[in-house]
Amino acid sequence: MLYRETGQFKTSYSADMAIFPIRQDRIALWGLLILAFVGVPLLDAFQVWPLRGEYLLRAILIPFLILSLAAVGLNILTGYCGQLSLGSGAFMAIGAYSAYKFGTGIHIPLELFTINIPPLPVFWCILLGGLMAAFVGILFGVPSLRIKGLYLAVATLAAQFFFDWVFIRVKWFTNYTSSGSVVAPALNFFGFYANKPIEKYLLCLLFVTVFALLAKNLVRGNIGRQWMAIRDMDIAAELMGIRPLYAKLTAFALSSFIIGVAGSLWAFIYLGAWEPLAFNIDRSFQILFMVIIGGLGSILGSFLGAAFILVLPILLDQVPHAIGIAISVETVSLLVFIVTGALICWLLIVEPHGFARLWSTGKEKLRLWPYPY
Amino acid sequence: MVAFGQFLEVLISGLLAGVLYSLVALGFVLIFKASGVFNFAQGSMVLLAGLALVRSLDWLVAKGFPVWSAIVIGLLFAGVIMAITAFLVERYVLGPLVNQDGLILFMSTIGVTFMIEGGAQMLFGSDVYPLRLFPDDAWFLFDKTFEGGILVSKIDVWGGVIAAVLVAGLALFFQRTKTGRALRAVADDHAAAQSVGIPLGWIWFVVWLVAGLVALVAATVWGTKLGVQFSITFLALKALPVLIIGGFTSVPGAIVGGLIVGAGEKLAEAYLGPFIGGGIEYWFAYVLALIVLMARPQGLFGERIIERI
Repeated sequence: MLYRETGQFKTSYSADMAIFPIRQDRIALWGLLILAFVGVPLLDAFQVWPLRGEYLLRAILIPFLILSLAAVGLNILTGYCGQLSLGSGAFMAIGAYSAYKFGTGIHIPLELFTINIPPLPVFWCILLGGLMAAFVGILFGVPSLRIKGLYLAVATLAAQFFFDWVFIRVKWFTNYTSSGSVVAPALNFFGFYANKPIEKYLLCLLFVTVFALLAKNLVRGNIGRQWMAIRDMDIAAELMGIRPLYAKLTAFALSSFIIGVAGSLWAFIYLGAWEPLAFNIDRSFQILFMVIIGGLGSILGSFLGAAFILVLPILLDQVPHAIGIAISVETVSLLVFIVTGALICWLLIVEPHGFARLWSTGKEKLRLWPYPY
Repeated sequence: MVAFGQFLEVLISGLLAGVLYSLVALGFVLIFKASGVFNFAQGSMVLLAGLALVRSLDWLVAKGFPVWSAIVIGLLFAGVIMAITAFLVERYVLGPLVNQDGLILFMSTIGVTFMIEGGAQMLFGSDVYPLRLFPDDAWFLFDKTFEGGILVSKIDVWGGVIAAVLVAGLALFFQRTKTGRALRAVADDHAAAQSVGIPLGWIWFVVWLVAGLVALVAATVWGTKLGVQFSITFLALKALPVLIIGGFTSVPGAIVGGLIVGAGEKLAEAYLGPFIGGGIEYWFAYVLALIVLMARPQGLFGERIIERI
């Protein structure tokens, strides 16, 4: 009764093709957006709980937004196109380091002429970082035309380890700093400097909203249907006239683009100063977990998964303090490891299709409530 | 002749290191064949086995047991720990996940990895523990033919011998025993095996147990070489390209793949490293695997992939 679309008639083609055809969904989305864009800044401005101090913004909301963007990117590739990838960390690193190079200026002396690019504005750096990641993503997507499944996953590990090594060993990428860690340029967005956490949060939110809407629209359009056909059975899709080359490589390109943008945001806005370890294999696994726990093939799921995987260790870390048991920091970190692993296994057993499926069963229940069927 | 001697030395040390990769890859292959689970936890099982062994050894020696009996009891203890792990994993994680998608099973083994890594370090401590079961000096071979001879470390040779014995033992187990035959039947076709009365739960427990014992063997060799420590779990990642090159379903493939990867990365480090910067061992195996996959998508020894609509 609570969630019923009865009486909502579609009287035009545009209503029929709306991105959220059900009124309750639209209301919920607008409510969420207003909360995120207006509510959070207001709470921050008046320093009301839960936003008193900067902890929630800096340690939870900003990383949550950026990592959900990365999860959306990986979900396009793995959830919609069915190509398993363990290289997300590498693509984030490529986004971050290319953005860094574009932001500090590029100077390559060649024999005939010199490539000289002056430092670009941060906004363009972030997008160019995404573009570079997309380019490399296409390169590493080529093997997907011949191999699939877990074999492909291991092949994408090649990207992960190769780029880990490149950004440690090739000093050009880090502008020859001795320690190998680099500092992002000032966050100057067309004359507006983002310094305070709330400003950084709003910037991330803007990027995430735009890209999430873009992704949501793409996956229900022509190209999204091609991806899903490839995912469900690639040979059958090919026989129906879908070009696997085009479909798979566009999925790789778009997913790497979004992951690259997420990587440059992670480096520029969240970390500020970073070293290659920030984007190692653990990051790839973390993002893959977000996608799988959240639900393969669901944009909403990416956000739910990101929230779960990010917040869980933070919460578990607090539990022993909260109930007043004195155990050493090392034991706590090991316990967090065990409990995280156990919860992941438990979630996979209870609902292998992730939070997105739980959400849709919940909606079905709400539609019928208070009747059982 | 110095150059050729050096080449041989690098090649031999690479091949022997490759044997150790094969040991880890072998555990993967056994589980993948029998249950279709891509077991990411193999590396953490090596850590668990190694920690159980080295800690019980230290404790027993400190209690005044003679060394040989301490070793026997330590190995038994580690074996029991692996059996308990196998039982728990099969009963509480993979049992309920029967018939799920391969990706879900893979992710659940990563969850298992977290639990084993956390649990092993909580029970047995998280320092670096030296393990001394094999001599760690080296032989010099052919010092008449080549100037300086060829340096071969004894641990590596022991590792090779142990791996050979292990493979022979596994082959006998699979070919000659009733459980071994049942295992091969399950690997061939789950449903058919179950319909002739083979208990799947028991078989999967046995497979995880065998993989655990293989992990124990790997742990003794790697532990002697590097000390038992957390970084041993990264072995799992090194074993992945080995699997890819050999094929997921082939035991000989795991061996040959390990040899190729071991020799290839040592040779690359020695001969390509100076030109493109050191540390290429870090990614060489993966790129090699990528190239092999482009030519043969099922690996060198994998079963031909036949797809139907």
